[in-house]
Amino acid sequence: MKLRKNVAVSEAGLLFNPVLGESFSVNPIGVEILKLIREDKSVDQISHTILEKYNTDKATFEKDYHDFIGILYNHNLIETNEETND
Amino acid sequence: MKKRTINIAVTGLNAIDSPGPGVSVIRALREAASFDVKIIGLSYESLEPGIYMHDLVDRTYSIPYPSAGIDTILERLEYIHEKENLDVIIPNFDAELFPFIKLEDKLRSLGIHMFLPTLHQFEEREKVNLNDFGKKYGISVPKSKVIYDLNTVYSLLSEFSFPMLVKGKFYDASIAYSIEQVKSYFNKISAKWGLPIIIQEFIHGTEFNVTGLGDGKGNTIAAVPMRKQYITDKGKAWGGITISDEKMLDMTRTFLKNTKWRGGFELELMKNKDGELYLLEINPRLPAWIYLAVGVGQNIPEALVNLALGEKVTPFTSYDVGKMFIRYAWDMIVDREEFEQISMHGEL
Repeated sequence: MKLRKNVAVSEAGLLFNPVLGESFSVNPIGVEILKLIREDKSVDQISHTILEKYNTDKATFEKDYHDFIGILYNHNLIETNEETND
Repeated sequence: MKKRTINIAVTGLNAIDSPGPGVSVIRALREAASFDVKIIGLSYESLEPGIYMHDLVDRTYSIPYPSAGIDTILERLEYIHEKENLDVIIPNFDAELFPFIKLEDKLRSLGIHMFLPTLHQFEEREKVNLNDFGKKYGISVPKSKVIYDLNTVYSLLSEFSFPMLVKGKFYDASIAYSIEQVKSYFNKISAKWGLPIIIQEFIHGTEFNVTGLGDGKGNTIAAVPMRKQYITDKGKAWGGITISDEKMLDMTRTFLKNTKWRGGFELELMKNKDGELYLLEINPRLPAWIYLAVGVGQNIPEALVNLALGEKVTPFTSYDVGKMFIRYAWDMIVDREEFEQISMHGEL
């Protein structure tokens, strides 16, 4: 799973999809997670980084993480594995 | 080196809530790198805001409506030409294109140039011909049917499902969710714009627009796609953003290559959830948001003028993605004498 290459993410958390012309805002933790996804980190690595930094537990992180990824997917911001393999 | 000055007449000065493209076209021409301009506004109504924008429009003349007939329009243009020595005219309304296309040869003989679609191109892309157009040029279009009679409405039920679009020949479109609504919109739209009415399959998805310029030989001189971000209750873009979509640009290039379109245009496209593109309409002129194209690196009105004058134009190959336009309303204070001048004497 990868964030689409052409999706721009600003430091302040504005996502812009240039194919559809859509913009979204994410909070600072969202920006951090998106950076980690861009760096090709695995879910476990992302989980480790976030749990070290913030006061939350693994189950809560995983639930929120998958919700977040689901939203990105619904808005066509994530490449599926098939697309990545093409 | 001093740039040459070109005298360009522009229509569509109605920068209102459903704006004509004239003021945006003029802004683009004022920023042209290859020439300086004297702008002569051509107006239909005394309250078209562009008439009073003296930093953009040097002088305005009222002209007769297209319904007045070609001879009356020509007579008025000859008078204006005598005063202003016009080099180029850029008509910006769908409704005036027919007389201007008809007058193109005559005006050229007077030394006035235009860069318009041919009559065949103009008629072929009309909404009533969209099905045939799509088939002929290999472009996906929504299924549509032309109807003249309210009694034939029930026969639509076997061919279309709800919702369906009810469209006027030139303007207006409403989404109908029941046969009663189809009948009501048929009456409303036909009363305003006449017959026929076009019934069109409703494509669920996101609407996009592409503006551009064809050189009449099948080449793409310019193409800029945009997504409307802020839409008025008349369906007009009040804000938009340039996007990067290769499929959309491919469709535009196919349209230009296959039709050998000559002149400016705006394509209205719909993208469904599977990413399939449908061509909804072809507007045979530059859109009111044309200044966005200038802002992202493609001065399409400048290129159009150069083509009209027979100059060689290098096609644009790129533009800035993610740049927005946001329109605004601005109250000008105008002396009554100016209004009187244009209303009573037809010149300002």
